Amino acid sequence: MQKKTFQLIVDNTSGVLSRISGLFSRRGYNIESITAGVTADPRFTRITIVTSGDDEILDQIEKQVAKLIDVRDIRELVPEESVYRELALIKVKAGAAERPSIIAVANVFRANIIDVGAENLIIELTGSQSKIDAFLRLLDGYEILELARTGVAGLCRGVDKVVYIAE
Amino acid sequence: MNGAQAMVKCLELEGVKTVFGYPGVAICPFYDSILDSDIRTVLIRTEQNAAHAASGMARVTGKVGVCAVTSGPGATNLITGIATAFADSIPLVCITGQVNSELIGSDVFQEADITGAAESFVKYSYLVKNAEDIPRIFKEAFYIANTGRKGPVLIDVPIDVQNAPVGKFRYPEGDVMLRTYKPTVKGHAVQIKKVMAELEKAKRPVICAGGGVLLSDAQDMLRAFAHRYQVPVVTTMMGIGAMQTEDELYFGMVGNNGAPCANRAMNDADMVIMVGARVADRAVNQPEIITRDKVLVHMDVDPAEIGKNAGPTIPLVGDAKHIFEDMMQIEIRCDHGLWLQTLYEYSQIMKETRGSGPSYIDPAEFIRKLSDRMERDAIYVADVGQNQIWSCRNCIVRDGKFLTSGGMGTMGYSIPAAMGAKLGCPDRQVVAVCGDGSFQMSMMELATMRQHGVSVKIIVIANGCLGMVREYQKNTYGGRYSVVDLSGSPDLSKLAEAYGIRFIRVSGRGEEDAAIDAFLRDDDSVLMECIIDPMDTVK
Repeated sequence: MQKKTFQLIVDNTSGVLSRISGLFSRRGYNIESITAGVTADPRFTRITIVTSGDDEILDQIEKQVAKLIDVRDIRELVPEESVYRELALIKVKAGAAERPSIIAVANVFRANIIDVGAENLIIELTGSQSKIDAFLRLLDGYEILELARTGVAGLCRGVDKVVYIAE
Repeated sequence: MNGAQAMVKCLELEGVKTVFGYPGVAICPFYDSILDSDIRTVLIRTEQNAAHAASGMARVTGKVGVCAVTSGPGATNLITGIATAFADSIPLVCITGQVNSELIGSDVFQEADITGAAESFVKYSYLVKNAEDIPRIFKEAFYIANTGRKGPVLIDVPIDVQNAPVGKFRYPEGDVMLRTYKPTVKGHAVQIKKVMAELEKAKRPVICAGGGVLLSDAQDMLRAFAHRYQVPVVTTMMGIGAMQTEDELYFGMVGNNGAPCANRAMNDADMVIMVGARVADRAVNQPEIITRDKVLVHMDVDPAEIGKNAGPTIPLVGDAKHIFEDMMQIEIRCDHGLWLQTLYEYSQIMKETRGSGPSYIDPAEFIRKLSDRMERDAIYVADVGQNQIWSCRNCIVRDGKFLTSGGMGTMGYSIPAAMGAKLGCPDRQVVAVCGDGSFQMSMMELATMRQHGVSVKIIVIANGCLGMVREYQKNTYGGRYSVVDLSGSPDLSKLAEAYGIRFIRVSGRGEEDAAIDAFLRDDDSVLMECIIDPMDTVK
């Protein structure tokens, strides 16, 4: 079982996300995270999917997704040649007494405090999945009231592998 | 011009001659416009059969089959037909009416989310939102359905879009350019060279041909290739007819219901060339057998099929016809005389003996005799059940075709598919062979045959039960039979009379010859009931 991150460029049509997620569910593929957003060209959407499986399954995922008519391009975001980021918003229960220590940890991770209430803080953290996981482990002694993670978005490094959609 | 007229115009421009379907309010604008066209409409008696009939027509003509039904239950009834076509990669364009676009999502009368419901059984689907898009969408739909790995495409058209004006009708000309969809046609030259180099080295090669060979119309190339390099051929169920049954290089169908000799050939081979076949469970039960100690070549137009069930030594993506053409450009020396000799011996030793009761008709022998006397280019449509297995193993195919629902195994396929085949090839003899279970799933279509003068010859192999399931229950549940008794079936002679169709019944051994002659004599519809031993089995 290994993890792979795919980047998809798809037509920005209604139902395209359901076609892709439907394919994963009916063939029993895992989705660890999926993010979607419009590209610089509004006709297309970029989707980043983190998935896992053995080699054969991962090979099938790539081929079956490529077969969908709306999918213009699918390729792996190879870890060594790509950057990945995820955003997390974390609402932590924190009275005046806990606040300084939480802020101290947040500073180490270069997280931002984006909201402060009488009894809570909201922390914004951007980074790789493992960085976010590590940060959450450090908050173990505190009560996390709510957590929102966006899932991974990624890009390959450099200009060689940029996907140009031919007209 | 309105949307409905544009839809009909598109069908005309695509060369569609026949539309199978069932109207309802939501598709009425379309059925109104088609009155002004030369396109023939066939009122099928239940929507599922509209897709099966279109499938039968597509498989004999090589053109896209078309059906059109209404929204809601009409559309949902169609799904089994669409799924059947999808499993066997049959090109269809299925048109469904839809409720007014402003009402979509509000659960109005006869509304069903058909693009959503059919999503996993279609190659692509469209919900038309703007009548101006109709020409482009139809052009794309026909192209997608009949290229690459073929399959059904669904077009859902709300009634207001059918009624909306289309300013300027312009049908896209030439090839469709879909930037995301570019099926590979030509095989990779390096891979082709590798295959031929392996074939030159191989001592015991075998070709396993699937339905893809027929879909790419490559049967002549396959036959030429096999003869030139003296390579024995076996087929999957969907590949039956790719080789003539009596060809000396043909050794039968593989799989758990296949010919022992064909399976032996696959097991003993040192090189297996799978072409247009999925390596699915019924054909290749244990994929490791065809990969262990063998060179496995897998050719398919769909790259996702290669490596899905078995990892090939040489993958080769492309259209079978082109690949065979390119391979035959390469000269190699090979002699497989010894191997063929071994296989001939196997085929003699492994001849099956069957255990029909002595007074009963042997369905296997009956099908051999029937298909032997059919016209050379006749079309034989087998249904699903024991009758299918007897047909697959015993039907003699020469210049004709053998059609059946292989992937989905949909009971009731044979009669509507035979009807579609007959309308596609009116000059050819068309015979549907079903069991008494599958017959009753489609017997309402006798009315369609009468109404439209479609002469299909139907054989019902009758044993009074769901034989295939009964046989399974006998073997797996120790003979505890559950819900397989078909008591209450109608008297077929009276049914035939009610529909005004000639009827023949044959029940005793020795009566077959005369009955088959009478059955095949004229080109009219006949219903023949062939009573067999109720406990007869395929194994």
